[in-house]
Amino acid sequence: MSLKHNNIMTKGLVLLGLWLGGIGSSQAEYKLNFQEPVTAVAREIYDLHMLVIWICLGIAAVVFTMMIYSIINHRKSKGAVASDFHESAKVEVAWTIIPFIILIAVAIPATSTLIDIEDTSDSDLTVKVTGMQWKWKYDYGDGVSYISSLNAEHNRARQRNSGIDVTQIKNYLLEVDNELVIPVNKKVRFLVTSDDVIHSFWMPAFGVKKDAIPGYVNETWTRVEKTGIYRGQCAELCGKDHAFMPIVIRVVSDADYKIWFVRKKAEAEIAAAEASADKVWSKAELMAKGEDIYKGKGGCFGCHGIKGEGIATFPKLVGSAVTTGPAAEHMKTVVKGRPGTAMAAYANQLNDLELAAVITYERNAWGNNASIVQPADIKASR
Amino acid sequence: MDQSDIQTSNKKVVRNSILVVAAMFSFGYLLLPALYTLICDSFGLNGQTEQLTNAESAQLKVDKNRLVTIEFSSIVNSKLPWSFKPEVESVKIHPGELKRVNYLAKNLSGSDIVGQAIYSVTPVEAARHFKKTECFCFTQQRLKSGESKEMTVLFTVDTDLPKEIKTVTLSYTFFRADKYTSK
Amino acid sequence: MSETMTHDAHHEEHPGGIKRWLFTTNHKDIGTLYLWFSFIMFFVAGFMALVIRAELFQPGIQIVDPNFFNMMTTLHGLIMVFGAIMPAFVGLANWQIPMMIGAPDMALPRMNNWSFWILPFAATLLVAPMFMGGNFMAGQGPAFGWTFYEPLSGQYGHLAFFVFAVHLLGFSSIMGSINIIATILNMRAPGMTLMKMPLFVWTWLITAFLLIAVMPVLAGAVTMMLTDKYFGTTFFIAAGGGDPVLFQHVFWFFGHPEVYIMVLPAFGVISQIIPTFARKPLFGYASMVYATASIAFLSFIVWAHHMFTVGMPVAGELYFMYATVMIAVPTGVKVFNWATTMWRGSMTFETPMLWAIGSVFMFTFGGFTGLMLGVAPADFQYHDSYFVVAHFHYTLITGAWYGIIGGVMYWLPKWTGNMYSEKLGKTHFWLTAIAMNLTFFPMHFTGLAGMPRRTADYPLQFTQFNQLSSVGAYIFGFSQLILLYLIIKCIKGGKKATNEVWEGAEGLEWTLPSPAPYHSFNTAPEVK
Repeated sequence: MSLKHNNIMTKGLVLLGLWLGGIGSSQAEYKLNFQEPVTAVAREIYDLHMLVIWICLGIAAVVFTMMIYSIINHRKSKGAVASDFHESAKVEVAWTIIPFIILIAVAIPATSTLIDIEDTSDSDLTVKVTGMQWKWKYDYGDGVSYISSLNAEHNRARQRNSGIDVTQIKNYLLEVDNELVIPVNKKVRFLVTSDDVIHSFWMPAFGVKKDAIPGYVNETWTRVEKTGIYRGQCAELCGKDHAFMPIVIRVVSDADYKIWFVRKKAEAEIAAAEASADKVWSKAELMAKGEDIYKGKGGCFGCHGIKGEGIATFPKLVGSAVTTGPAAEHMKTVVKGRPGTAMAAYANQLNDLELAAVITYERNAWGNNASIVQPADIKASR
Repeated sequence: MDQSDIQTSNKKVVRNSILVVAAMFSFGYLLLPALYTLICDSFGLNGQTEQLTNAESAQLKVDKNRLVTIEFSSIVNSKLPWSFKPEVESVKIHPGELKRVNYLAKNLSGSDIVGQAIYSVTPVEAARHFKKTECFCFTQQRLKSGESKEMTVLFTVDTDLPKEIKTVTLSYTFFRADKYTSK
Repeated sequence: MSETMTHDAHHEEHPGGIKRWLFTTNHKDIGTLYLWFSFIMFFVAGFMALVIRAELFQPGIQIVDPNFFNMMTTLHGLIMVFGAIMPAFVGLANWQIPMMIGAPDMALPRMNNWSFWILPFAATLLVAPMFMGGNFMAGQGPAFGWTFYEPLSGQYGHLAFFVFAVHLLGFSSIMGSINIIATILNMRAPGMTLMKMPLFVWTWLITAFLLIAVMPVLAGAVTMMLTDKYFGTTFFIAAGGGDPVLFQHVFWFFGHPEVYIMVLPAFGVISQIIPTFARKPLFGYASMVYATASIAFLSFIVWAHHMFTVGMPVAGELYFMYATVMIAVPTGVKVFNWATTMWRGSMTFETPMLWAIGSVFMFTFGGFTGLMLGVAPADFQYHDSYFVVAHFHYTLITGAWYGIIGGVMYWLPKWTGNMYSEKLGKTHFWLTAIAMNLTFFPMHFTGLAGMPRRTADYPLQFTQFNQLSSVGAYIFGFSQLILLYLIIKCIKGGKKATNEVWEGAEGLEWTLPSPAPYHSFNTAPEVK
């Protein structure tokens, strides 16, 4: 009987072990503590965190030992007789004062770390970070400004019933279309704000977390010591797709940063020139570009669905009055937004060409069949 | 206590409690927002700055031995189809010295729109030392379709600005405010 | 009011059936209503937690869409706080306070009836939008977190429902509190001075004061939300010159005392249970009272530690950090007092004692993570991560909820006249305790490793710990059915309870017969 019992136990344990050990297949791991710190601030926070943990464990050891000792020994079944002491000024004063002193010991290093964290002076570079439902905008000034949203493939995979096995996707939910790029060993200052609701800019390996609040411009900074790619996520609940607006920061050498910046700037200029040139685009060109924007940068599908079917209270685009009606109304909706609804104005987020493309796509995809829109039309409508 | 004594005491408790409730409700609903603004103004919390009258600005002391960099930043909320940029990225001023800086705003849309600029000063410790005598953010701004406008801010930082602060950033976020024009 | 009280005192008969419950002004009936309401809400919100854990069992979205998920986390939190924990304590107070202070009933019986019957309506208003607009899966209910931060909550279409639900909950709590204050101040038996009151009564008195002080502030906050949304004010709207961070200040000015509202009465229950089963008087009665009062006071001046990341000046962050870690001192005093009460006692471990000891152990653990969170620079890493989720479940489940269950077990024989089944009680305790730790302990690790809270989906490296949590949550959830069965079984019958019920029990409630008569003390007992 007991042998059989043992057998079941063993089987259970083996199964449990297999399940716990299934690390390689699903890329999962048992990470028990903070991510490896790569900035001085993150290291200070780590040390502080460990200090407090050890203090807590020390106190726990004393209190729990005492309780466990009395639970084992001072029980009626062992014949313990209750004493009736119920006061002791000395003891009570002691256990008020000793914790107080311990707290002061914690407060001192905490204060100095805090002052370091908030010292944003003498930065080498400033990046403006704007949280938006549900993407980030990075603005370096000097014409380099772009939107960073969840990688399109991940975005498809994370839809309910997508049929895609997310465990096969590398860095699932932690990959974006446009990374934030910063140079190594430079003090980078982030000015953090928001376009709609509150978001929070969190990069665990840097020890940086700052809320993005509309109307506020918050400041934080970092100086990363190791090149590499670092990943984080929005930390403040910001609505439906809160889980799907990752932050990916690529830290590169100073030289690489300069090259990247020049290239990014040139790309932006070319795109702007292309968009404002009064070129007439073919429907196929516009549709292809539009699909990219609809499912990527523009993030339209997030509310209106990957097939324009609409999500929750957000309107569907298949056969709707706006997408199949006059182009002017459609352009107005996308370019200027719909005040009083969640529909933002895309005038500043997308250029004329991109707007024309995405509107054309919405008017002609999924069985819709309406007029196409050219960049020149957008320009005129602005 | 006999029954009637208890009745009287109960009534007293109810009355006093209702007073507390009413007081705390007013505190939460009316006083806290006012108190908050007051505290933020006087301590410069949340990047709120102080407004100077002309008379006060005439009496500013200037500290010629120090130079502070003032950076300008501009953000346009996506619901507002405007462009909005400072004319210069930064200036260096002596504490106490009044400086005028222009921002350029343009209505890119085909209709008249009212906007409201909200300012923010970082680091927050600098905010209470940041003084403005004139600012386009004091009132709402109306731009006609396609209209451009220079918007002025006249400001200084006072001489008490903590020594370790060398750079102060003044940021404006422009919001669409058509809904809030009835003031 | 005078009429009802004397009325109740002179007539033993009361209407039967539904009318008895609708119109009752009897503290025991109302206590029972509160406790059952709380129990039902506990299962409703618990079911929502199981939906959350099912969705989080693996990465990817399998069961519910993200907005529905957010609605589940929101309603789970709101219902647990306002529908389960707070009413449960009011229920315990209704049953016990008159019996413990030697009073015939509550001071204001009719108001007592109203304060209960508001609750079902409030709960209905809160969840009703879920079923509006046809598309259930879209999540039409509130989906902005139990903290309903502006401006996100301002985007919610059915905001008025939410606001009125909170107003009603506030009314209910305030009326309940006024009643408790009046009862404790005016209805004590001769000789029962304040410093002779049982600790449960003391903690409730302090809690009631906290409630009437902060529920109106919450009402103010939601009123501002309402006028912002529908009447053109701009308290929280940046575009109109308002300030979204003001909302957080107002909310947490309510919210921080609120967390003590949920835990102080549990401290009271534990302080009743431990001396009984250690057969030894509570150590440091006076310091317990003072510690409770200091915790209550400190709770008013630490609120912004929930907001370290909003961008406060360093001086502000330092102040809130120092004030916050200070709370560890009076909380420590309580834990040390409980431990010392057990020391050199003569302990037995019936179910209520298990819950009390379990609570002291696990709540202390939650207190440690609380201390860690109070350290501002480290909080930048913990904030809004699963570490916080682990922390507040350790304080609320093992603090508040263990206290409630401990109290129910402790007094159930007095209420029903029957002993419950110790075997079931102990099984329920151990299953719950193990499952609770299995569910929430791994969350510390996922949080530290960087998993944000309130996300419907997560990166792959968090998979294994989330699976452990989900397995734990299901064991936890289904274990609660044992409690339901145990209570029903105990009401229906069982070994008859003696008047004293527990060998070491002290206090007026144990001088009454079991089950306690409909009116507790028609002639006030003398307290020496």
